[in-house]
Amino acid sequence: MTTQVLNSSTAGKTMSKTKLSFMILLLVGLVAPYAIYPVFLMKVLCFALFACAFNLMLGYGGLLSFGHAAFLATGGYITGHTIMQWGLTPELGILVGTACSAAMGFVFGKLAIRRQGIYFAMITLALSQLVFFLYVQAPFTGGENGLQGIPRGNLFGLISLEGNLAMYYFVLAVFVIGFSVIYRTIHSPFGQILKAIRENEPRTVSLGYDVDKFKLVAFVISASLAGLAGSTKSLVFQLASLTDAHWHMSGEVILMTLLGGVGTIFGPIVGATTVVTLQNYLSQGPLASWVPVILGLIFVICVLLFRSGIVGEIQKFMKKNFN
Amino acid sequence: MAELLGFPPQVLFGQLLIGLINGSFYALLSLGLAIIFGLLNIINFAHGAQYMLGAFVAWLGLKFLGVNYWVALVLAPLVVAAIGIAIEKTMLRRLYKEDHLYGLLLTFGLALIIEGSFIHFFGVSGQPYSVPAALQGGNNLGFMFLPTYRAWIIVASLVICFGTWYMIERTKLGAYLRAGTENPQLLQAFGINVPLLITLTYGYGVALAAFAGVLAAPIYSVSPVMGSNLLIVVFAVVVIGGMGSISGAIVTGLMMGLIEGLTKVFYPEASTTVIFLVMIIVLLVRPAGLFGKEA
Repeated sequence: MTTQVLNSSTAGKTMSKTKLSFMILLLVGLVAPYAIYPVFLMKVLCFALFACAFNLMLGYGGLLSFGHAAFLATGGYITGHTIMQWGLTPELGILVGTACSAAMGFVFGKLAIRRQGIYFAMITLALSQLVFFLYVQAPFTGGENGLQGIPRGNLFGLISLEGNLAMYYFVLAVFVIGFSVIYRTIHSPFGQILKAIRENEPRTVSLGYDVDKFKLVAFVISASLAGLAGSTKSLVFQLASLTDAHWHMSGEVILMTLLGGVGTIFGPIVGATTVVTLQNYLSQGPLASWVPVILGLIFVICVLLFRSGIVGEIQKFMKKNFN
Repeated sequence: MAELLGFPPQVLFGQLLIGLINGSFYALLSLGLAIIFGLLNIINFAHGAQYMLGAFVAWLGLKFLGVNYWVALVLAPLVVAAIGIAIEKTMLRRLYKEDHLYGLLLTFGLALIIEGSFIHFFGVSGQPYSVPAALQGGNNLGFMFLPTYRAWIIVASLVICFGTWYMIERTKLGAYLRAGTENPQLLQAFGINVPLLITLTYGYGVALAAFAGVLAAPIYSVSPVMGSNLLIVVFAVVVIGGMGSISGAIVTGLMMGLIEGLTKVFYPEASTTVIFLVMIIVLLVRPAGLFGKEA
């Protein structure tokens, strides 16, 4: 996907600016639960991680996955199941959930990278629908009811996560780890090659890179982090349900990324915050039944009028006026 | 009567008939998707919503204006095609220069808007639409009972599919369309109005979806969500067949319907997933699709 991204290799200045922004965000994150309801913040963080993971593929690899809901749901279900049935501690449950999403990402990736562009999107969508139907029928997911009352438990068997504040800082730590993985991936030689594939795949092949291998690794990293987001989310809400596996969820994460800015570091965070806030706000008002229509409208407006997203437009504006 | 493969023939043929009917819808929808993709290079994610719109135009027409089934069969595709043409002229047109994925995202947003509005006004439960008088009843073929309306669906969709194939492969207009798929700039240089051709093609593809929607109205209940789940299956069908050929889209659609019907007889648990499994096998064995040309 052709997007105006500030190229990381052009200047160290951009890097340090990004780091500074990240430090400010982290500070805000540390004090936020004293001003805003922690459960809402945790929801934002989980979806922000989900969107960042998705953005790694679309924004940096040019790969539009329409099946990321499958990874979110898998993380949630596996974490919920292992904690409830096997009595795992939260961190182990999350690790197992993430590992299962990674494995599923490997299978999806292996199949989907056999085709390009629009076919890639359709294949990932079809595969995630297959997973959805499996979860409807599989006994361990609890069908329509989902897994309810997943205990948050004690972190490392020591620290209780039952309190929202403790849980919040745990989620924040998970988010920072996930975000750092994405940041490191993007700002590595691997990330550069991924961008090269996005810009010109045949040329990258001609330079001797095994394009399929890079795409597959990007897919697995993205799927794992989406799974990490799903695992953490299942602990926050103590619930894993079919909503997470539905294709609407795959659409929502695309919207978050598109709205915030495809191919920008902070775009998905801004997009996820906006969409989650909007959903929370609207679902209590008279417009509750219009939420899907409003999301659809934002989609259309984004695609037609500002394809760079919020962060992308700000970056363009700054570049034009202050450089 | 003797059993066939351990199943009473009524069950086997009954499911095969349902499979063939589903296959007719897959064929009509994947044909529309393939035609639109050929010229516009976008995947029309609103296809399911437009199929639903077709059914709703027929239902609303009958309820409020007394428009009967036969008129609706012509009128609904025209109405929905007009909406499609408006979408193409005002929105899709702006995206042809951009990455093709934006077309997918735009039509996805439109699908959310259309589906969401209809859910708001009509709820998710289905509205009944009765079978027209001339097509009620059925015939006993000896080995199974064939309801007339179901036979009509198969005949009507096959006629439309064949007609479309003939138009594209054997007529002058079809030759323009195929030329436009190969090289739109060159076609325009020869004096053909390519933007108009694109608009009409989108309209025709959308009309096919609406036609399928009207056909479906009497046998499936008319509901706002009738299109979206069907569309994902059709996407899998398109991946299996490859969008390279018109006849390929039709044949794959019918074939997948039959496979789904057979699965319902032999292993019902897998009937919702079998088409996706076939897609996986095809991707492993022949990634370009059964009828696909590109690697």
